[in-house]
Amino acid sequence: MMAIAELDGVELARDGRRVLDRVTLALEAGDRLAIVGPNGAGKTTLLRTLAGLERPERGRVALFGQDCRSEAEFRKARRRMGFLFQDSDDQLFCPTVIEDVAFGPLNLGQGEAEARATAAATLERLGLGHLAERITHKLSGGEKRLVCLAGLLAMSPDLLLLDEPTNGVDAANGARLMEVLAGFGGAMILVSHDEAFVTRIATRGMLLSDGQLEAAEIHVHAHVHTHPHLHRA
Amino acid sequence: MIRPGDLRLRLVSALAAILLMTPVAGLGPAACYLGLVLALVLAAERTLPWRRLLHLEAFLVLLFLTLPFTIPGETLFRIGPLAASREGVLRVLVLAAKVSGSVLLLSLFFARAEPARLGAALRALGLPEAMVRIFLGLVRYLGLIRAEFARLQDAMRMRAFRPGSNRHTWRSYGNMTGMLLLRAVARAERVDEAMRMRGYAGRFPGSALPPPAAADWLAGAGLVILAGLLLLWDKT
Repeated sequence: MMAIAELDGVELARDGRRVLDRVTLALEAGDRLAIVGPNGAGKTTLLRTLAGLERPERGRVALFGQDCRSEAEFRKARRRMGFLFQDSDDQLFCPTVIEDVAFGPLNLGQGEAEARATAAATLERLGLGHLAERITHKLSGGEKRLVCLAGLLAMSPDLLLLDEPTNGVDAANGARLMEVLAGFGGAMILVSHDEAFVTRIATRGMLLSDGQLEAAEIHVHAHVHTHPHLHRA
Repeated sequence: MIRPGDLRLRLVSALAAILLMTPVAGLGPAACYLGLVLALVLAAERTLPWRRLLHLEAFLVLLFLTLPFTIPGETLFRIGPLAASREGVLRVLVLAAKVSGSVLLLSLFFARAEPARLGAALRALGLPEAMVRIFLGLVRYLGLIRAEFARLQDAMRMRAFRPGSNRHTWRSYGNMTGMLLLRAVARAERVDEAMRMRGYAGRFPGSALPPPAAADWLAGAGLVILAGLLLLWDKT
């Protein structure tokens, strides 16, 4: 079976420190891989390397069965992948939500009206129709996250790279985010230190620490536990 | 002691020297100025700041290409229908010597100065607090805003954006610039709030600077006197 995304012996150093150390992974269609690790383990760099925003010193990157080395090769692959940046503000740059969501479809060659329709339909599908005309920088953290995701899904990607998807997301928006991601049919890599969230969606798990990626397994603890909640008094 | 150690004296003496050199029109004094500054730089640093000079010299090349042909005077040589005048060539040489000398002087005095110390010196010289804050804020946040700009561009590339000369590109860049400005303003407000929350009341308390040493006065005065002598030579 053709791998959607592959890293093979990827090494990358920054400021003399090894950020990725012989990282190898293969993602197949429908895979949902959770990569968990502490701050500074190299999680973001790993995603950026897959996206071609960072070039490894050694090793191979392949996307959709094609080896990618040059910007041109990555550019072709990027049309089929979506990258959720750690900070939503890095992605949202248009004045209104609908314009921002339509940005990707426009880049894929859709006409003005068609791109707007795609954007509107995507927002509607995610239950965000009411945000369409809102100003992007006045959204709440959770709304920003969902709008960013809408901007990616509007391009119908086959692969989603999600960097800390729960960053700045409250419980209600978190539940919606979970729903949207669970309904996504393609492959995805979720990178997070929020183990609880990503392992609920993922089908596989890996651990990244000090730039080294190791296989891990996700299992469910079936034990009775208590945890504190905050409710209206 | 070739340059004052005290930043206040450096600011004042460099400004005075450059202002004194501005009206100089003769090639002798201008070349002498450049030579003196070069000697100072080589004595203090042993190397020239090539990278900084490169930007400047590119601008000077432009002057070399245009001024000789646009200032009227005695013809020195001709290229096709264009005549280069002696006066024009002279003007360019004087300009190049003065500008290079001044940039070298500024870089010798301020290239390695910590922005925070430079801010304190400017404040001690009586520059309005608002301008000192703008200067220090610029130094502090330029890197952050530049990084934000780079990340926005990455995010655009990830959504298959390819710049070209079309409406979509111009509108996207317009939106991005607007967003950067908006964020910079929002960040400035947050920083201001955070500063106020820590008791900032419109002035940095910073302790008063000690008076400059005698050697600093000497070096600063020496520089100004030299520049004054060159001006005197030029005007007699």
